[in-house]
Amino acid sequence: MLYYQVLNFGMIVSSALMIWKGLMVVTGSESPIVVVLSGSMEPAFHRGDLLFLTNRVEDPIRVGEIVVFRIEGREIPIVHRVLKIHEKENGDIKFLTKGDNNAVDDRGLYKQGQHWLEKKDVVGRARGFVPYIGIVTILMNDYPKFKYAVLFMLGLFVLVHRE
Amino acid sequence: MNTVLSRANSLFAFSLSVMAALTFGCFITTAFKDRRVPVDIHVSKVMLKNVDDFTGPRERSDLGFITFDLSADILPPIFDWNVKQLFLYLSAEYATKSNSLNQVVLWDKIVLRGENTKLNLRDMKSKYFFFDDGNGLRANRNVTLTLSWNVVPNAGILPLVAGSGHVSIPFPETYETTKSY
Repeated sequence: MLYYQVLNFGMIVSSALMIWKGLMVVTGSESPIVVVLSGSMEPAFHRGDLLFLTNRVEDPIRVGEIVVFRIEGREIPIVHRVLKIHEKENGDIKFLTKGDNNAVDDRGLYKQGQHWLEKKDVVGRARGFVPYIGIVTILMNDYPKFKYAVLFMLGLFVLVHRE
Repeated sequence: MNTVLSRANSLFAFSLSVMAALTFGCFITTAFKDRRVPVDIHVSKVMLKNVDDFTGPRERSDLGFITFDLSADILPPIFDWNVKQLFLYLSAEYATKSNSLNQVVLWDKIVLRGENTKLNLRDMKSKYFFFDDGNGLRANRNVTLTLSWNVVPNAGILPLVAGSGHVSIPFPETYETTKSY
């Protein structure tokens, strides 16, 4: 009985993992789904919206695109729009970004002395969008007690439920 | 579990699935639409200076000033039930000796659903500084201005569409040294 429950649980976890890794391969991005964390792209994206990303090498970076990037040394990904690009013959590209709701471009956010972003900083390009769904992730980050409460209830439910 | 709880549970599950179906419907009914619209761009004045790039790397670079007129009627094919807003941007594209492709956004505007969608702008100055990465704007024969837009849906794909109607302008051969603009 317990053996069956453990196996069932293992199946669910591994299929979720397979779907996630499969998405990573298909989109080419290490993080194919991100939650918008700040209001710097309003009114297009609000905190809690979900973005679907792709990061295919064949897709060149062009102005107007919404890119999700990480600044060297920082963990949090930023979702902003490309304002300027300068690309060399061999494909090396450097670009500048700006949030729609910000008055100035992102040079203030980049590392000290860094004026441009490069392809390696990009996590992906936003291709699709679903509103509001990611609010759960934000709630769980901002109120860790909520996260523990949800996990506790889930655990309780799994133990108590009889199939 | 008493009946109130199980009723609330099934109600919740049902409304979640209805919302998911609606969202998917929004997405799939507008995913393959052609959102191109003819655009009329006209450039009335072009000026070129060469100054230290104060927006970033402090090297002497070419700084362009463009005054333009813009007119487009963007309502009919673009706005539908799945469009939340349009992000319009006017970009300049050109090639220089040091970079084979340069694109700079000169001006942008957000058009929300329900706002007036007939664009008729005259004598607009660029919103952002048109700095080149180097000195490649002087005597550049071919700087192409295009109006494009990013369609932000209620749910679904985020396409970037270029308006059909772009204008190519040459840049002057000499730098302007007076303080005029």
